[in-house]
Amino acid sequence: MVAKQLSIFLENKSGRLTEVTEVLAKENVNLSALCIAENADFGILRGIVSDPDRAYKALKDKHFAVNVTDVVGISCPNVPGALAKVLAFLSDEGVFIEYMYSFANNNIANVVIRPSNLDKCIEVLKEKKVDLLAASDLYKL
Amino acid sequence: MIWNESIECMDRESLRKIQSIRLRKIVDYVYHNTPFYRKKMQEMGITPDDINSIDDIVKLPFTTKHDLRDNYPFGLCAVPMSQIVRIHASSGTTGKPTVVGYTRKDLSSWAECISRAFTAYGASRSDIFQVSYGYGLFTGGLGAHAGAENIGASVIPMSSGNTEKQITLMHDFGSTVLCSTPSYALYLADAIKDSGLPREEFKLKMGAFGAEPWTENMRHEIEEKLGIKAYDIYGLSEIAGPGVGYECECQHGTHLNEDHYFPEIIDPNTLQPVESGQTGELVFTHLTKEGMPLLRYRTRDLTALHYDKCSCGRTLVRMDRILGRSDDMLIIRGVNVFPTQIESVILEMAEFEPHYLLIVGRENNTDTMELQVEVRSEFYSDEINKMLALKKKLAGRLQSVIGLGVNVKLVEPRSIERSVGKARRVIDNRKI
Repeated sequence: MVAKQLSIFLENKSGRLTEVTEVLAKENVNLSALCIAENADFGILRGIVSDPDRAYKALKDKHFAVNVTDVVGISCPNVPGALAKVLAFLSDEGVFIEYMYSFANNNIANVVIRPSNLDKCIEVLKEKKVDLLAASDLYKL
Repeated sequence: MIWNESIECMDRESLRKIQSIRLRKIVDYVYHNTPFYRKKMQEMGITPDDINSIDDIVKLPFTTKHDLRDNYPFGLCAVPMSQIVRIHASSGTTGKPTVVGYTRKDLSSWAECISRAFTAYGASRSDIFQVSYGYGLFTGGLGAHAGAENIGASVIPMSSGNTEKQITLMHDFGSTVLCSTPSYALYLADAIKDSGLPREEFKLKMGAFGAEPWTENMRHEIEEKLGIKAYDIYGLSEIAGPGVGYECECQHGTHLNEDHYFPEIIDPNTLQPVESGQTGELVFTHLTKEGMPLLRYRTRDLTALHYDKCSCGRTLVRMDRILGRSDDMLIIRGVNVFPTQIESVILEMAEFEPHYLLIVGRENNTDTMELQVEVRSEFYSDEINKMLALKKKLAGRLQSVIGLGVNVKLVEPRSIERSVGKARRVIDNRKI
């Protein structure tokens, strides 16, 4: 339901992303989902990893600007209109989406949502019987 | 041409006599009207009676920008506010500006000095001055304005910025003299070229450039691009503003108006006078000022003075180009910026680490500042908007404190070098 997402502030310098992934590799931490938002000066990497606490500590030790944010993971059928339906539930109830990213795997699409209001988001999704992903499932993907 | 030949070309012997008389008078005046100086002199065990000639100036106490700050705003004024007719201010070492008060007579001596400058450039009552220095607390705009009016020229009080309008009026009004910072002159030159207006439709023939350090190369570039003669005008608000010194047609150093502002060169470490012609820190003593006379004010500008007669006929001392500063003040687009001002802004915001690096550059002839700063770990967000808001908040605060736009660059933790000794906070990449 609620999963821990790591976010890392990175300057736009070549090699920085490699260093992040190398730190994770060394700790034997797997990345199950990842996206990067960027602007002219910097980027913010957001990712779901197999062991958030371990990854957080390892990155922190290397002085990365890493933070943990609660996000919501859902899964829906990988068919046209499925996501539209879920998003309509949220917007109807006034839940805004700061950002989201998703990845499809055969018949299933997994979506990571960072809502403006976490509790409200979960409440709405539960009520509408949307398939919420347990954190442990997300980390294992 | 020479505005005041009897002074500007006076033999040095007679000039020294005038300086001696004026120094005795001003020392007596501040002793009785400025408690700050009376106290300082008493502490040093000297009285006005110890000052007999200009050579005795070395007995007098120095004044620094810190003294101005400590006596903010009007503590160093020697007259009641009823006699102050103008107040100017420039950036101080911390948040508080450096304030200067002028009496009516001070404004008139200042205008006299600027008139000498403009006349030396060859300007006269038949010229049209476009004053593109900022009007306001900065002395550039109103100073150049008063000087140009004093020689009977027509003045366009344009102020800085609004380049498109500058060009239109320069073209339509037929401005013949431009007063601006040298970097703005170069910017204007490029903008004129881009405007597509043919050079021969402009009447511009000379420019009075100052308020920031510039080089011979910049002079050549301005002269070539604008097709004019470019002259240096030197000044600082604590002493008067533009017109403390000026170049003549020989462009062989900047003549200082030493009948009003007496210059010395000292070793900034020992505070002892250096030998004539040697480089050191420039120090000024007001010889005629009423509002806020300063004794031996340390400008922090590094230069040398030459006393031999100039081929223009003037005997007023000539100053070399300013070679640098003995403190860490930066002059950015004509504005004084101290790294401590930037530091104080960062320190008062909980979102940032106290480590920063200021990178000064020059792009398209305009000074640029990039401030690299680390965010405190708890303030790094997963949202771009929040990070951009942090950036904007700091930039806005800096703008209000130093009056200039700063390009804030958020950097990763620990990416700014920590040093055990004196940290390197500023990198100046300008070729000046």
